[in-house]
Order: sequence, then C-alpha cells, then structure tokens
Amino acid sequence: MLEISHVSKTFNKGTVNEKKALENLNLKLDEEDFVTVIGGNGAGKSTMLNMIAGVYPIDTGKILINGTDVSLMPEYKRARLLGRVFQDPMMGTAADMEIQENLAMAYRRGKNRGLSWGITKQEKERYHEVLKKLGLGLEERMSSKVGLLSGGQRQALTLLMATLQKPKLLLLDEHTAALDPRTAKKVLDLTREIVEEQKLTALMVTHNMKDAIQIGNRLIMMHEGRIIYDVKGEEKKSLQVSDLLEKFEEASGEEFSNDRMLLS
Amino acid sequence: MGILLAIQGAVSQGVLWGIMALGVYMTYRVLNIADLTVDGSFALGGSVCAAMMTLGMNPWLSLLVAIAAGALSGAVTGFLHTKCEIPAILAGILTQIGLYSINLRIMGRSNTPLLKLDTMFKQLMELTGLSSTWVSLITGCIFCGILIAVLYWFFGTEIGSAIRATGNNENMVRSLGMNTNVTKMLGLMLGNALIALSGGLVSQSQGYADIKMGTGAIVIGLASIIIGEVLFGKKLAFGTKLFSIVVGSVIYRIIVAVVLQLGLNTDDLKLLTAILVAVALSIPVMLEKRRQTASYKASLNDIHKEDQEGGHAGN
Repeated sequence: MLEISHVSKTFNKGTVNEKKALENLNLKLDEEDFVTVIGGNGAGKSTMLNMIAGVYPIDTGKILINGTDVSLMPEYKRARLLGRVFQDPMMGTAADMEIQENLAMAYRRGKNRGLSWGITKQEKERYHEVLKKLGLGLEERMSSKVGLLSGGQRQALTLLMATLQKPKLLLLDEHTAALDPRTAKKVLDLTREIVEEQKLTALMVTHNMKDAIQIGNRLIMMHEGRIIYDVKGEEKKSLQVSDLLEKFEEASGEEFSNDRMLLS
Repeated sequence: MGILLAIQGAVSQGVLWGIMALGVYMTYRVLNIADLTVDGSFALGGSVCAAMMTLGMNPWLSLLVAIAAGALSGAVTGFLHTKCEIPAILAGILTQIGLYSINLRIMGRSNTPLLKLDTMFKQLMELTGLSSTWVSLITGCIFCGILIAVLYWFFGTEIGSAIRATGNNENMVRSLGMNTNVTKMLGLMLGNALIALSGGLVSQSQGYADIKMGTGAIVIGLASIIIGEVLFGKKLAFGTKLFSIVVGSVIYRIIVAVVLQLGLNTDDLKLLTAILVAVALSIPVMLEKRRQTASYKASLNDIHKEDQEGGHAGN
C-alpha cells in the first residue's frame, strides 16, 4: 500500500540551522493498516506525512503509494491517492465558500475539472445525507459559508471531505490537537467510524498516548527522523502508556529522560 | 444643464471603465492577489485596438485581438509569479513596466488618433441614429450585462470554483488535486483580458489610444470595487457583487465629473482619486473601532449600574 524506503530529508542544508528531519526512513504499510504515529516534538512525524503528500521534495529515497512511485510527483497529482486532514482546522477548508461547495470540490479530488457546473443536484442530496451522519446539524446549513463554523465543525467537515472520494491512504496530522477534549473525542470517534466503514489505510499522528494505543492496529514511535519502535496486533493492544515511555527512554537514551514529563 | 451633460458622459464612461474594475476584482478579491499589471494591460488593450484599426482591421475584431493581448500579458505575470516564484506585486510591476515599451512599439508613437476611422461606436451611431453618449452607454451596459452573466456562470463551474478556492486557501486546493499554478494563471489571464477589453472599448469611445491612458487604472479599479462595497455591503451574492462594482465605477466617474464641474484642476484628479480610495478603505476600520469602544463603555456603565443596584439591595 505505502512503501517508504531510505527516505532522508534535511532542511536548511549547509547552514547553521541545518536540521535532519528524516534519516534513512523505512516504512511499509499493508492494506487496511491503521497506524498511529507518536514521538516528541521535532521527531519527524509531520515531516514524514508532508513528504508522503509531496509538500516538500525528498532528498533521497523512494515513496510508493499503491505501487505508484510518487517520489517526484507534485503535491496536486498525489492528491488523487491521498486524503488529508491537518492540525489547523482552517487549513482543510475554504472559509469564504459554502459547505456544499467545499464538499463538491473534495468530491472532485483526482478527477479532471472542466466547465461543467461545480455542483449537481444529485450531489447535494448525497451531501445532505453524509452531513446528517455527522450529527452536527450541518445538513441544514449546506449553503452557509464554512468560515461561520467552529474549529471542531470545520475539522469534522475536513475529515468528511478527505474521505468523500475513498483515498488509497488517509493522512491525519494531529487533526484533533487544536480541539477541546470533548470535540477532539467526537472527531476521533468519527475518524474511527469512517476508517472502519470504508476499510481505509491510514496514518495518524497524535500526541495522546492513550489514543495511540487504543486506536488502530499498529503503532510506530519516531525519534530524530527515524522509526525507533514499531508494534502491531496483540502486542500493541496490551501496551500501557508506561511501556511506551520506557521504550522511548530505552531507544533514545538517558539524555531524553526529561521527555517523560513532556510526554506524560 | 452643463452638469447634467457631464454626468451623462460620466455614466457612459463609468460603464466602460467598469469592465476594467471587474478585471481588477478577479485578481484583487477573487484570487486575493494585488496584480499591478493593470495599468499596462489597460493601455495595451487600447494600443492593440488602435494599431489594429489603423492597419484597417474591423473594430470588433480589433477588440478581440485586444482581449487576447490582455490575456497574454496576464499570462506573463502569471508565469513570473508561479513558475519563477516572484512575489505577485513585483511580478505585476515588472510586466506593467515592460508593457510601457511594448505599447509604444505596438502603436509606433505615444498617441494614436482614431477620429478618422470607423470605430464600433460610430458604426452603431449610424445604425441607430443615437448620440455618441447614448451609444457608449448602451453598448457599455450590454457588454457589462453579458460579461457579468458569463463570469457568474464561469465561477460556478468546476474550474471557476477552484479559482475562487485558490484565493481562499491554496493549501486546500492542492490537497484536493488541483494545480494552484494553473488556477492563478487562469485568474490572472481572465482579469487582464477583461482589463484590455475595457482599454479597447475606452480608446474607441474617446477616439484615441494613448500610452498614458492606463496610468492609475489600478487605483480607479480599486475605487470602483470599494465604492460598490460601501454602497451595497460586502456580503453579496456573486452576481450582485459584480453588478455593484460596475455601479461603483459609474459613481466614481460621477464624483469626478462633479468635482471637475466645480472647478477642480484635472492635474489634481489622481490625487483626489488616491485620497478617495484611502478614505474609503479607512472609514470602515475607524467606524469598527469606534463601535468597539462605544460598546465597551456602554458595558462598563451597565456593570456600574448593576453594582450600585446590588449594593442597595445588600443594604
């Protein structure tokens, strides 16, 4: 499904601000894998997702999505294969456009845009149904501007938009981090539902260790641009937060014992 | 009587210049790019139209060539901005400056009179027997009506929606599989095509094309958009918004006609326009601040009253 091999990325090469964001990263996802990604700040979690999405070019290595080599493919072409939800709720939607217009654009992801009308009547009926499932009452406000929605509503909408056309791979970059706990839970539950229902392959970055353990079938921990821990199946289900912290210290060495505070 | 005639002339000018303002709207508001190509592409429209007609081309066909030239100038700015990653403002200025020389080359001189040639307005005057002002006004209105309808349709299509979204959130547009370099390019080409069309119409209506006819066009375009917004409000349906811009352009011309009638020196006109735009942009900001302060003071008074009443109740 997703195959990352020997991918490295250094930002600001040759300057004092040089930062090795990814170092010889290797990762292989199977069909319907739902992987949670954890790690401290600057571990390369978001960079990994951005590299997969093509936001920046990679320095070396190869990225294959569903057998297609996307290593040099521009971001907008990869979008055909990917659904994305960002940390910032403002990033995934167009504020001055209607809810249904946003959905209509997401519905056309990976298709050629032409001069036919931007939204059809049948589509509107379909959007009404999918919005109703959210349970946020958005189906009654389909022609409202997205800018009027709250962060949580916008994030739920972005999630819906990312999965309206079934993506080969769903990328969730700390998509609940900017929400209050109750809304975060709601969006997370929704994520679970959609991933299960559509049998999606997904990568979810999170800072919440409990979520990381409870959700998905596989967990990876990153540190300094590498994957330092990769666990799946039964072993993952039986994990405790304390195990993760231990692993983290073990893998990253004594110097990071301070991160215990940061991560707990 | 003089002022009425002047206003009638102003209205017909306003409608023709309104097409230019529509072009400015495409980039300034829809794409959210400050495109300064305008001054150059407006004069380009006039120059191309005049040069073609001098060569003996039909005035309507000349107008089509002007539109194509305008789209091309927008494409140059688009190329500099998207492919060469030059900031939009600078890319526009570069094209605009380059166009000054190009326009001189096209016309071969700085002013091309069209008085002896058969402009489309003259043709229509002969056909209908109406005065030149009326012909300009009616032609302008028909052009604006058709353009607003076409733009309304275009921005409702899949490509049009993607262009609108680009002005809102480029990241999202890319993540939904649309090349933002293409949408920006299309927006800039469309905007400058409209501007050049307006330049062509204005040159035919005034009977000459001049190298300086575009100077300050961007500010006039902004003035029209802002006057429209002040009069009709910002929250409008797309079609009404486009209409409000043309109305804004007409009102700008009326203001200009009135102050000229009152004895303003034409040399001071550009300064007046600049002040008009600056004032129109700053008034909403100041009003909002005053409203904020007033409501804060009112809320303080309320709290004060409640405290006093609470105090009495306690005693």
